[in-house]
Amino acid sequence: MVETDRIAKAWEVLETVEDPEIPVISVVDLGIVRDVSDDDGTLKVNITPTYSGCPATQVIEDSIVEALDKADMRPFDVKTVLSPPWSTAMIREEGKRKLKEYGIAPPADDAVDKKALMGEERQITCPNCGSNNTHMVSQFGSTPCKAHFKCKECLEPFDYFKCL
Amino acid sequence: MSKDTARYNAVTHLGDNALILGHRISEWCGHGPVLEQDIAMTNIALDLIGQARMYLEYAGRLSGEEKSDDDMAYRRDVLDFKNFLVTELPNGDYADTIARQFVFDQWHFLFLSALQQSTDETLSAIAQKSLKEVTYHKRWSAEWVVRLGDGTDESKEKMQRAIDDIWMFTGELFTQTDEEKELVKKGVLPNAEALKSTWDSEVKRILDEATLSLPGDEWMQSGGKTGYHTEHLGFILAEMQFLPRAYPDATW
Repeated sequence: MVETDRIAKAWEVLETVEDPEIPVISVVDLGIVRDVSDDDGTLKVNITPTYSGCPATQVIEDSIVEALDKADMRPFDVKTVLSPPWSTAMIREEGKRKLKEYGIAPPADDAVDKKALMGEERQITCPNCGSNNTHMVSQFGSTPCKAHFKCKECLEPFDYFKCL
Repeated sequence: MSKDTARYNAVTHLGDNALILGHRISEWCGHGPVLEQDIAMTNIALDLIGQARMYLEYAGRLSGEEKSDDDMAYRRDVLDFKNFLVTELPNGDYADTIARQFVFDQWHFLFLSALQQSTDETLSAIAQKSLKEVTYHKRWSAEWVVRLGDGTDESKEKMQRAIDDIWMFTGELFTQTDEEKELVKKGVLPNAEALKSTWDSEVKRILDEATLSLPGDEWMQSGGKTGYHTEHLGFILAEMQFLPRAYPDATW
């Protein structure tokens, strides 16, 4: 197989690997796959953890290996890279749209987080009813990447994928 | 790789801070005062243990003995642990836990901000990654200091007592061993002593906002970095290391 085809195919395979906690969004949409390249016949896949302690990280790596294996992509090497650190800015627009459809408010800005330092509250739009009249219940939510919000209009609680 | 003792000790110290404090906060799991704060503390614990893995994996490589992160966490005894004493103190009541987290987070944020510029690429990468998470920790603990301090008479009294009790363990955050001073010269570590004035003013600002008083100068306890620990660390290790020591190489 020509090298560029092989890399393109690898991306296609990776697009099918879902986040175990948010099964509507792929690891590519989430920005976890940093880079795919060919190193003298070995496919190099660089991935990056979202939060340091995210228990999904190992599952994601295993799923990526399994998917590449099934697609006969050997030989390949999946490597974790830390720098530059993962950021919510790496989530693709497509990924943000899918998050919202799934009921998780996507990250509002691209960067951490002067507001976290200043203690101001962000204006987050309710993914259920579209109201901006929402309130942060806790900056820590059901997984490391999410904060817990409540909508004051429709009264539904919802998750917000917080900026990192 | 031959053993780079100074660097190994410094990286192990950073990993042990995160591991031991992470383990301590995880003890709140299922015992938090309200559900949201139970979840907040377990999230913070998770971040710290994730950070500990990155440091201890690196320390394992520096050890010259091909140790894994698990070897580092589970197969060392009290004298080999290098964490700050403040990280091993018991949870106490909620105010004690907040006070411990507050003084540590304020230090942690400043230290990691500076460590991003380390000439050691691995340490710089870990610092960049961790700082984003610690920014949230720092906000959380400072908010609770203010809420409890500027709260009811009872919460204020408890928060003040907790700050007073923890104070003697804050001096150690700015101490440096001779080895560390050498690493500072090489640009591997930031100069911890230089962080103290910013820490002092930031802590004072938040305690003022919380209507709490800053404790006066007092004798400061230290020893963690060189393996002289409080009696509490042994109990943590007894619990944390039981399974891998009783059933070596167990997997599940």
